[in-house]
Amino acid sequence: MIELIGVHKAFGRNRVLQGVDLTIPGGQSMVIIGGSGTGKSVLLKCILGLVRHDTGKILLNGQDVTKADRDPFLARFGMLFQGGALFDSLRVWENVAFRLMHGALKRPKTEAREIAIEKLRRVGLAPEVADLYPAELSGGMQKRVGLARAIAASPEIIFFDEPTTGLDPIMAGVINELIREIVTEMGATAMTITHDMTSVRAIADRVAMLHGGLIRWTGTVAEMDTTPDPYVQQFIHGRAEGPIPSVR
Amino acid sequence: MTLSPPGALAALGRPVLAALAAVGRVVLYAALALGHLLRPPFYTREFLHSVMQIGWNSLPVVGMTAIFTGGALALQIYAGGSRFNAEAVVPQIVAIGMARELGPVLGGLMVAARVASSIAAEIGTMKVTEQIDALVTLSTNPMKYLVVPRLLAATLTVPALVATGDAIGIMGGWLVGITRLDFNSATYLKNTVEFLEFWDIGSGLVKGAVFGFLVALMGCYHGMNSARGAQGVGAATKAAVVAASVLILGFNYVLTELFFSA
Repeated sequence: MIELIGVHKAFGRNRVLQGVDLTIPGGQSMVIIGGSGTGKSVLLKCILGLVRHDTGKILLNGQDVTKADRDPFLARFGMLFQGGALFDSLRVWENVAFRLMHGALKRPKTEAREIAIEKLRRVGLAPEVADLYPAELSGGMQKRVGLARAIAASPEIIFFDEPTTGLDPIMAGVINELIREIVTEMGATAMTITHDMTSVRAIADRVAMLHGGLIRWTGTVAEMDTTPDPYVQQFIHGRAEGPIPSVR
Repeated sequence: MTLSPPGALAALGRPVLAALAAVGRVVLYAALALGHLLRPPFYTREFLHSVMQIGWNSLPVVGMTAIFTGGALALQIYAGGSRFNAEAVVPQIVAIGMARELGPVLGGLMVAARVASSIAAEIGTMKVTEQIDALVTLSTNPMKYLVVPRLLAATLTVPALVATGDAIGIMGGWLVGITRLDFNSATYLKNTVEFLEFWDIGSGLVKGAVFGFLVALMGCYHGMNSARGAQGVGAATKAAVVAASVLILGFNYVLTELFFSA
């Protein structure tokens, strides 16, 4: 379980997070929605320790993440980055097996390659892709490779940062389906940030809306459709009129 | 607009403080990198890749620079020496000039142009495309994986490049000497070998190691601190090359004072 208690983060005068309180129960898929620039990615990076929050607490199974031993802590996570963030200089299989070739989870090279190919197969990519470089892949394939890398070491918690951005609707659907299947079969805790409502409906057990540096609303997907909250209603229906200014 | 005395002092103080803060950040960054140099894990593959990129791939440009410099140096020394009947010192001065100064400085500057830019651009692009964040989430310290191998490779390979450049530069001087200046080949080589002392070459190699370290440090530092977008990466690349070049020239003076001042 991940708990955020009163998390604040500012960049200079820009107060991005202004006391975020959120609980992500273990084994559930939480999707954070919110407009561009509302701090969704910052929130996710604060949990991972990529960005240091100013005040507040972030707990993973009751333990303060800032006091955790970094390597074992990060070994529990997998992350799919918005742009894939694949390492250009490494082949696809080396990207997927990166965690298995370095550090505490290091395996023999042949075993790491076999696992990478298996994970690539799991995300619908043929073994021939393994020896290509990321630059030789389409955007959708890069996302799949990123997904394979995120699950390569069977993490307990997986983060997805805008998993369908830049993909056509069919490929976005494929990625959403893969994420849902993988999270379910691995029993992982998942946190996704997106403003793609199709993704929300496909991936989420629970939804939280971040607005104005605070969690504005949380609930299930079914509750999201019926909530009277004007912020949620404006966002999920994509209306220009409402309490969220369209010019930000 | 006129500035009041306190305003003028503040206007002067701000850039000085900013410059000192920047120097402090670079020194701390270098200290951090050196600390990681001694502690595992070590990324051998990254190190060997960097050796190829920084050392081997810089050989053509360093060699070309050295051969033309050696040749031009021979012509200049001959022309200058002829003013007081000292044309015979061409082999000795070419050798000492290449080994002590031009080999390491020009070699360092060529490596700065080629390597500092490429390191800054590569690491800067990795930063803006979140590859550095990805490294961290994969339990890999970017300082150990990206910076240490490059620093080590540059510190070890630039002296080798300097030694090669020295030899090629001296050969350039010899070539010009025997074809254009009527020197006897055997005498030219004999004078060169007999005149050069170990420290003439050794000091150049030490300079090469320092310059290599500075080049990689500037490339990594500016790449890691690159701002977002193509403009940010471009600015980081430019800053890395300028800073590395200026530092090479500055440190060259300091090291020359240290090694050769009476």
